[in-house]
Amino acid sequence: MNVYDLPNKSGHFGPYGGVFVAETLISALDELREQYVHYRSDPDFQDEFAYELKHYVGRPSPIYHAKRWSAHLGGAQILLKREDLNHTGAHKVNNTIGQALLARRMGKNRVIAETGAGQHGVATATVAARYGMECVVYMGAEDVRRQATNVYRMKLLGAEVIPVESGSRTLKDALNEAMRDWVTHVEDTFYIIGTVAGPHPYPMMVRDFQTVIGKEAKTQMEETFGRQPDVLIACVGGGSNAIGLFYPYIDNENVRMVGVEAAGKGLDTNQHAATLMKGKPGVLHGNRTYLIQDENGQIIETHSISAGLDYPGVGPEHAWLKDIHRAEYVGITDEEALEAFHALCRFEGIMPALESSHALAYAAKFAPTLAQDQLLLVNLSGRGDKDMATVAEMSGLSL
Amino acid sequence: MSRIAKTFALLQSNRKKALIPFITAGDPDPALTVDLMHCLVNAGSDIIELGVPFSDPMADGPTIQRSSERALKHRVGLTTVLEMVAEFRKKNEQTPVVLMGYANPVEAMGYEHFVLKAKDAGVDGVLTVDYPPEECEEWVKYLEQYGIDTIFLLSPTTAQSRIQQVAKLAKGYIYYVSLKGVTGAAHLDLKNVESMLEKLRAAIAIPIGVGFGIRDSETASAVAQLADAVVIGSRIIEEIEHSPQSEIVKNVGNLVADMRKAIDNKCS
Repeated sequence: MNVYDLPNKSGHFGPYGGVFVAETLISALDELREQYVHYRSDPDFQDEFAYELKHYVGRPSPIYHAKRWSAHLGGAQILLKREDLNHTGAHKVNNTIGQALLARRMGKNRVIAETGAGQHGVATATVAARYGMECVVYMGAEDVRRQATNVYRMKLLGAEVIPVESGSRTLKDALNEAMRDWVTHVEDTFYIIGTVAGPHPYPMMVRDFQTVIGKEAKTQMEETFGRQPDVLIACVGGGSNAIGLFYPYIDNENVRMVGVEAAGKGLDTNQHAATLMKGKPGVLHGNRTYLIQDENGQIIETHSISAGLDYPGVGPEHAWLKDIHRAEYVGITDEEALEAFHALCRFEGIMPALESSHALAYAAKFAPTLAQDQLLLVNLSGRGDKDMATVAEMSGLSL
Repeated sequence: MSRIAKTFALLQSNRKKALIPFITAGDPDPALTVDLMHCLVNAGSDIIELGVPFSDPMADGPTIQRSSERALKHRVGLTTVLEMVAEFRKKNEQTPVVLMGYANPVEAMGYEHFVLKAKDAGVDGVLTVDYPPEECEEWVKYLEQYGIDTIFLLSPTTAQSRIQQVAKLAKGYIYYVSLKGVTGAAHLDLKNVESMLEKLRAAIAIPIGVGFGIRDSETASAVAQLADAVVIGSRIIEEIEHSPQSEIVKNVGNLVADMRKAIDNKCS
């Protein structure tokens, strides 16, 4: 049996990952890597992390059998890993707790974060409040305008939100700006990255904190269904909820893994965020991975109905899992995602995040092609309350 | 001997320090870049660092970011930048040109394709900001094969073991980033620069330039007493930004000439 054990010491997943940063950031990343590797195997750290996940986040999150929707679709059984029931309403908080606990142990009392739609920003502001830390969140000026509620939410939690006016004024520029802040205030500041991207050790560290999803699922599947699922399905923007579910299953070769990217207005248009399907390998934000770029190697703006998937890169481990054919990556359009959003509301009384709706939409396409005894486990990575205005607008209404 | 090595050898025999200005290719208009390069030389520059615009300049402060954005509005990419260097070379055979930028544009072009075209155009050195020594073994090999110098950054936080690692790979000169943070930040601490340069000299045989935070002629002359070269970037970009288009070349020329004077006075 092959045992998957990546990244290697230098942070590489095959040709992907690594540490592609200016010299000015190297010592900060060295320190972070050393400290994380130390605490990763420290029982006290792991105990505190587990305690917080249980008592603050409300884990374990259940696996719910969507029977009525499955019956309607008429094929495989759809099971939902309910990350939407976590405190703050998404999987993001698993990671921000882990990194905040590490920041505390490293004696850094100021945390910074980048955010797109604001979900990771809210999760960071939440844990900063919980642990009494100063918190600064960088958010593209364009996103600040579009996501006023989340901006207010972060402010209520005590965070300072700084609008980023450079570049395309979206998530990727917020990430650039957070890196600049970090390099300038490295002594007292910890940078909490929200996804499995960035330079090593971030892709590994964020993955480790998110694997609680897949580890729980393994136990719960055995307990409730007496076996593991046939297929795992999760949406992929940067890819943290997907890797959190996939990683503990990588060596279970009978379990298929499908990552669902945002095909936006269609894969044959230039308005999508399907990085693995349509991008080319390159270097951005500290790692080598697939990127949406033009012929000059400039990063281009992406489009998705869901802000959380609207990113021109993708975690380097997904790039590797794609190349070695361990995971498959598919695209779901805005329209298909929206349809799945409505279906889950009507059939199950669950309002999914638009990000997660991409995974649901693929399950809805795939399930009818399979026998009724097949089990599809979909990561319901977040709840959809934040998306109501977008959904209403798409349906021609204003709230 | 490379053009960069020749330049430093000549400066040394004249007991002078190198002045290295940075401009972003295509900022504010591609039609101006080659004129600006000649103007930098006429004002007393020894080496030109020419920035390759990139959509996500993570290590740069707001001033250089804006210069990159202005250039990208004209769709100036690596191919155009190489054409500009070739154009400059038609009238200037002596002044070394160093391309400074990020990894992704060269990855998109491909290493082999890039080095062939860069050699042809007359590029002397390349500084790829987000290629630390650990990640660019193959890249350095390609550049070496074509006699293009690989310039590396060192910073106040660089550990001793890495200084030695960089010393082995670096060609042309070392660019010492004089403070923590991004380009264009203020407050250069001369005392720190002095003590760090001592450490660097113990391990590094090639010339050492100092940049980041050099905003006026006093600082430039003080740095010139310590280092082999003075790199000035954001201050020049600001001059470009604040000048009407018709005055840019003249104003940048005056600024650089002042810096030249300051550097020479203090080390004669």
